[in-house]
Amino acid sequence: MKNFDLKEDSLSSLNEALQAPHDHENQIDWQVTNPRGSHAIAVGLDAPINVSIKGSVGYYCGGMNKHANIHIFGSAGPGLGENMMSGKIIVEGDASQYAGATGNGGLLVVKGNAASRCGISMKGIDIVVHGNIGHMSAFMAQSGNLVVLGNAGEALGDSLYEANLFVRGSANDLGADCIEKEMKQKHLETLDSLLREAEADAKPEDFRRYGSARELYRFKIDNASDY
Amino acid sequence: MLEKKVIKSQTFTDTTNAEIRRAAKTGIYDIRGGGAKRRVPHFDDLLFLGASISRYPLEGYREKCATNVTLGTRFAKKPLRLDIPITIAGMSFGALSGPAKEALGRGATAAGTSTTTGDGGMTKEERQHSKTLIYQYLPSRYGMNPDDLRKSDAIEVVIGQGAKPGGGGMLLGQKISDRVADMRNLPQGIDQRSACRHPDWTGPDDLEIKILELREITKWEKPIFVKVGGARPFFDTTLAVKAGADVVVLDGMQGGTAATQDVFIEHVGLPTLACISPAVEALRELGMHRKVQLIVSGGIRNGADVAKALALGADAVSIGTAALIAIGDNDPKWEDEYNALGTTAGAYDAWHEGNDPAGITTQDPNLIKRLNPITAGKLLSNYLKVMTLEAQTIARACGKSHLHNLEPEDLCALTIEAAAMAGVPLAGTNWIPGRDNTNNIT
Repeated sequence: MKNFDLKEDSLSSLNEALQAPHDHENQIDWQVTNPRGSHAIAVGLDAPINVSIKGSVGYYCGGMNKHANIHIFGSAGPGLGENMMSGKIIVEGDASQYAGATGNGGLLVVKGNAASRCGISMKGIDIVVHGNIGHMSAFMAQSGNLVVLGNAGEALGDSLYEANLFVRGSANDLGADCIEKEMKQKHLETLDSLLREAEADAKPEDFRRYGSARELYRFKIDNASDY
Repeated sequence: MLEKKVIKSQTFTDTTNAEIRRAAKTGIYDIRGGGAKRRVPHFDDLLFLGASISRYPLEGYREKCATNVTLGTRFAKKPLRLDIPITIAGMSFGALSGPAKEALGRGATAAGTSTTTGDGGMTKEERQHSKTLIYQYLPSRYGMNPDDLRKSDAIEVVIGQGAKPGGGGMLLGQKISDRVADMRNLPQGIDQRSACRHPDWTGPDDLEIKILELREITKWEKPIFVKVGGARPFFDTTLAVKAGADVVVLDGMQGGTAATQDVFIEHVGLPTLACISPAVEALRELGMHRKVQLIVSGGIRNGADVAKALALGADAVSIGTAALIAIGDNDPKWEDEYNALGTTAGAYDAWHEGNDPAGITTQDPNLIKRLNPITAGKLLSNYLKVMTLEAQTIARACGKSHLHNLEPEDLCALTIEAAAMAGVPLAGTNWIPGRDNTNNIT
């Protein structure tokens, strides 16, 4: 395992090493110590490597990730895994605002709570939050699955498109055009597999599903108060 | 018979009344493409003084007047080196047809300049035909992915645009073809809303960190542009520089949009002319003029406009609407079809509806065929070259061996408004309204 100590090594040298082309001959396991809340750690990765970060990170950790597994043993600042395409990011602590924003694919797991706007504009990513999520989560969410074991904050799923939102706790304040929808067998199966992959101790049947009422898909003046 | 007084209201004009009736009938605000159509102070209100006894000119066809510009000299390891200071502004595949995007790439490349993606991502054709391609990083992040980011030559973080500072966008369902829907990860045929704010940052402190992330992902190679709509150009330029931009792109209210509410286009934002001087002042105050490059857009039409923008302190200009006109938008040869759409050549602005007879602002397979990207690309490169020659002609007449040597001192204004906005004296006087004139040259 190759170790990068951010007390000694620069952020750019870390990212360049992680972004360098990897094949089977190359280093697969990496460890980052002393992250000390630095921003943009392990961004733009493009290979199936494992990165273990021993501490809390700042903004945009794992941003635009492809293929890599990133494990954060601490909490994460805003924009964790933003626009990730594939791979897996796990944060043992909490995640700040915009976790998984605009993500296209892969799995983001937050073992603690996620703050506001979790999964904003998500475009195919799967997000599993073991705790609660803050307000305006899944705003304009286009596709993918957001799974919340705890409660959802205000205006969940406002203006969303085709993303599926699964909440086990309370979701008392749904955003414009977000409604509770029927939980079908295929949804239970998706949920079951996501919960397993996210090491979440919960039963799919304890969740409710929320999605788009599709009333805002085409502009209508009678909906003006919802816009 | 007594003659009756027939007076139409100057407040409730025919156009105003037609709009009231339209709103009442349809129950929706008017959405259209393009920029502000109202008359605002513009480059036409400025004149060059030319050479005289105290300034001598350069020989028109013999003495060199250079036109090159380098963008991104502040931090980027690989700045853009362009032959001419006229770039093609961001316009999306979705708003524009595939052949139109290809034509822009071909034309820009032949003229030695750059073109820019738009909301909706980068198409293969566009990358293939654009030697220098700037990748827009927009609030919606439609089609945004790290592979295309790495394929680009520069990244433009879009905060706003001149037609709608503070606004998002709306691409109506009829233009969301399968390919457009697929690139944007949306159901086919629904209205596509573009957010007005970035989803994962707010304010200049966050922007600084966002720029850091983009640089780390692209190894600090690519210039980072920050594009703002003309709203508070002094402060926006200052904050963009503070956040680490290599280049500031400033778009005035005449700059076009694919689709926005008419009320927004006509009533929000500053004319391009009013944006440049405050932005240049901000750069000078920070000691960053010519170190962070300034690109100005919004209503640039000819070489005189280019020369005037550069004389006021811009490093380059960007064109959108003019480029579309060059490749055939609003061409009178389609007049019958414009009439059938209830409009006329020169007024056609329903770019969002997807019925463009010229095959440019459409996704209709039959209309698209009308635009030959090779011919259209040639039209654009001709136009860009003519603009450059025009700007050089003016610069030589002012005695300048590079377009960047043009300066405010070469200009005067025809109106008090233009003098105040551009910060140059009213023609025949020493007077710059709103400025301390004690340092003016007499």
